[in-house]
Amino acid sequence: MDDVELRGLVPKVLSVLVRRGADFATAEDAVQEGLIRALSAWEHDAPSDPEGWLITVSWRVFIDMARSNTARRDREVRSDSGAPTGVVPSADDTLHLYFLCAHPDLTLSSAVALTLRAVGGLTTAQIAQAYLVPESTMAQRISRAKRTVGRAGLDRPGDARTVMRVLYLVFNEGYSGDIDVAAEAIRLTRQLATLVDEPEVNGLLALMLLHHARRRSRTRPDGGIVPLAEQDRSQWDTELIAEGVAILQAALAQDRLGEYQAQAAIAALHADALRFEDTDWVQIVEWYDELLRFADTPIIRLNRAVAVGEADGAPAGLTALTDVDENVPRRDAVAAHLHERNGDFELAARLYALAARNAPNLAERDHQTRQAARLNQLLHQQG
Amino acid sequence: MAKYLLLKHYRGAPAPVNDVPMDQWTPKEIEAHVEFMSDFAARLERTGEFVDSQALAPDGVWVRSDGEGRPPVTDGPFAETKDLIAGWMVIDVDSYERALELAGELSAAPGTGGQPIHEWLEVRPFLGAPPTVTE
Repeated sequence: MDDVELRGLVPKVLSVLVRRGADFATAEDAVQEGLIRALSAWEHDAPSDPEGWLITVSWRVFIDMARSNTARRDREVRSDSGAPTGVVPSADDTLHLYFLCAHPDLTLSSAVALTLRAVGGLTTAQIAQAYLVPESTMAQRISRAKRTVGRAGLDRPGDARTVMRVLYLVFNEGYSGDIDVAAEAIRLTRQLATLVDEPEVNGLLALMLLHHARRRSRTRPDGGIVPLAEQDRSQWDTELIAEGVAILQAALAQDRLGEYQAQAAIAALHADALRFEDTDWVQIVEWYDELLRFADTPIIRLNRAVAVGEADGAPAGLTALTDVDENVPRRDAVAAHLHERNGDFELAARLYALAARNAPNLAERDHQTRQAARLNQLLHQQG
Repeated sequence: MAKYLLLKHYRGAPAPVNDVPMDQWTPKEIEAHVEFMSDFAARLERTGEFVDSQALAPDGVWVRSDGEGRPPVTDGPFAETKDLIAGWMVIDVDSYERALELAGELSAAPGTGGQPIHEWLEVRPFLGAPPTVTE
């Protein structure tokens, strides 16, 4: 059993402890301690019932913590301690844990941190590394989140929607150090999909898989951005794409459309094209129109303008762009691209430079700067 | 979840409301100021929003390469340099509004007469990581 599989046991084990009457905050610490012990005890020989082992050990740790508030560090644990008696974990308990970690009283960053620890089983150090903050800060963020959840009571947790928002954020943001947070988001969303019958969860899972499938082609070795049109599609993970498409189709068949399914449908259409020129932009525009029904945001309007530009030509894209708020990040970049395709290189070069200035991250700034430089050189050569 | 730099200037920022140089304060006032600063950082650690805090010496030199195989050229410090950074705090917060709120609180550090300095702090967003989902 590797450490990812081991961490897969965490939500069940934690929910059993809580069900047995342990307070959430201490139980969570006890399970983390149980994980550490499992990693060293199982190095050579995993027990026949890992889940039972982890429940037993974590429970003992909890009792020790509750008794003395400090766990006895060198307590000997035999690996053949056998199956536990008593409570059997249920899927509902595990689901409840997800909801708890996405409690509406928590800020998004706290919900993200708590989810990665209490449901994902990551250590505080790993989470701190993924979000580039000191470990002590992350430790405080997590214990504060646990107190908030404890104070608010376990009766009014979040719901599938808040959990999906948290998992989407984990997937979409964060740095990968020791741990690939995007892969972790996929693992947790997969787990969530087995616990709840909600096509949007499968839509979210499909969306993640379809984007994850393209990860290798999306960046250059130096971290630079490779735009969709220039990505080496032979590097796309066809197995992940096939899985994502199958999950999406099953979700769509339930006829309860939502924004994640619509986003996944767009990602599927991109994944489906063998070459950029084969992309079915007309259908993509239709899906953006669907998406706008669920969430009319400036970013979706912006992305729709890109698709309209590809489907109906740059002038149509520029017209669609007039519906987009001037202050939306990346609007200048899209305008630059459309004006370039329309043949107005001078304006495009100025807009690329503006886009570079306003880019929200370094990789995009470098990319837009290169675009401006490329056009400026072209203009210079033309004299 | 975004990081911001709260930048404090020795020189180059507009004049604060309570504009008395620190060496004119009473030792007690200085103590109160220092305590405020360390309490502020400690509080942000407890809220899980603290990333880093550093102070800089006022004097620095300018350095540039003078070509391969030659030692770098140094110059300065220049007393006339307009902008002089005194130090910074880096925070990791949920919103831009929260960054402004904290900068406002930090600006109210006590100065002479125990009154808030109301100094101007510069708030600068970090460039983050590119997101995964872009279309």
